[in-house]
Amino acid sequence: MRLRLVPIGLAAGFFGALFGVGGGIVMVPLLIGVAGFAARPAMATSLAAIGLIALEGVVFYGIHGDLRPLDAIILGLPAAAGALVGTGLQQRLANRTLTMAFAVVLAGVGIRLLV
Amino acid sequence: MATLLGITAAHATIAIALGFLAGVLAGLFGVGGGILFVPTLTLALGLEQHHAQATSLLAILPTVAVGTWRQQRYGNVRWKPSIALGVAGIVGVVAGGLLAESLGGSVLRRLFGVLLILTAAQLAWRVRKVH
Repeated sequence: MRLRLVPIGLAAGFFGALFGVGGGIVMVPLLIGVAGFAARPAMATSLAAIGLIALEGVVFYGIHGDLRPLDAIILGLPAAAGALVGTGLQQRLANRTLTMAFAVVLAGVGIRLLV
Repeated sequence: MATLLGITAAHATIAIALGFLAGVLAGLFGVGGGILFVPTLTLALGLEQHHAQATSLLAILPTVAVGTWRQQRYGNVRWKPSIALGVAGIVGVVAGGLLAESLGGSVLRRLFGVLLILTAAQLAWRVRKVH
């Protein structure tokens, strides 16, 4: 099982650094599909791994002089508070319609970036 | 207008509000904060794509710390696999980072747009499967 984690970590690190995201989007499905994790432990374990991958990415981009720490603080600290609220609301609010609406908004922003 | 290290009060207010919203959405829909931070930093705050991606990774840290702390309390985090993933990730981070640095901002921005659309598709697929 441990050996299967190596390519998953590699892929998550690659995507995480390439796009400035944590890599959860590749890690969670692979932990479930390839490493045999159940959904909740997969998400929680991915979250902890994202912390390490993001830290590695910060070091990499920091060396290249791309970091804007003040922007990160004024975005990241409120986001941490928001994440607490969001996870609390998840059981009550995250239904099919709302998730679909969110997917449409994400796709819209994606198209905005493409054109 | 008063500025702190080149950031205006209006700019900061927008960032705080969008940061909070991104956190709520990330928690609510189970996506990482980064997928929302990067477009917020480029579209709303005007950062160049590489700077936005780097800054997003730094902004992810407090969000992930809070999320991991909560999940740890529910007993969901498996630490050994997490650390194995993180250590294996180092090589990937260097490869992905070098590729990102070799690409132009506009190419990277379009690739990120594709990533957003794929994430949206994954969310929609997940919903169809669960319900």
